[in-house]
Amino acid sequence: MADFDEELDASGLNCPLPILRAKKALAGMESGKVLHIIATDPGSVKDFEAFSKQTGNELIESKEEGGKFHFLIRKA
Amino acid sequence: MEQKKLAIIATKGTLDWAYPPFILGSTAAALGYEVEIFFTFYGLQLLKKNLDLKVSPLGNPGMPMPMGMDKWFPILGLALPGMEAMMTSMMKKKMASKGVASLEELRELCQEAEVRFIACNMTVELFDMDPSDFIDGIELAGAARFFEFAGDADICMYM
Repeated sequence: MADFDEELDASGLNCPLPILRAKKALAGMESGKVLHIIATDPGSVKDFEAFSKQTGNELIESKEEGGKFHFLIRKA
Repeated sequence: MEQKKLAIIATKGTLDWAYPPFILGSTAAALGYEVEIFFTFYGLQLLKKNLDLKVSPLGNPGMPMPMGMDKWFPILGLALPGMEAMMTSMMKKKMASKGVASLEELRELCQEAEVRFIACNMTVELFDMDPSDFIDGIELAGAARFFEFAGDADICMYM
């Protein structure tokens, strides 16, 4: 997994909380910084793709590892 | 790019139906939408400081019943005293165990994200509700006020 600046553990949270928490975390970050999100909700895979498309924050990486989902999002 | 707008009318006051307006409102706000929710009739219950919402199996054949309870308690059994309280408590436990947000949390997230809440003035008066029982930041207004926003909305939902 590439480098990141901040981390958000949304494990155990269900839709729409991972997206809402990520949005909040990104709001406190500078443009260009990268947020690493960890989630267990399988729906979050499609949701973060959709979030990225609609908000312009780039989804750099999305993968499953050890039963958890990991996302890297660069703030626009 | 011009900001998209979502207008929602919330008319139901049960625990299950309280979720859609707050889930969709908060998510749309996170995606950059400007959001207004117009609460009318039983939907006004969702604005109360103390949320005491129930879910009822009555008249709701689509509701999944745990442990085959619908077999032991067909139709009339669902009207037994205590059934609503039991189903409400089971639903809340189930939601907590699955990591579903509480209504209070989703409602707060909506307000943090500047989702605007409008209470229908006519139904507040019809039900003799006291606006001081509502959370802060509620606008009281009528149908014309709703259309002022909904007329320009990209999406309008009635729930």
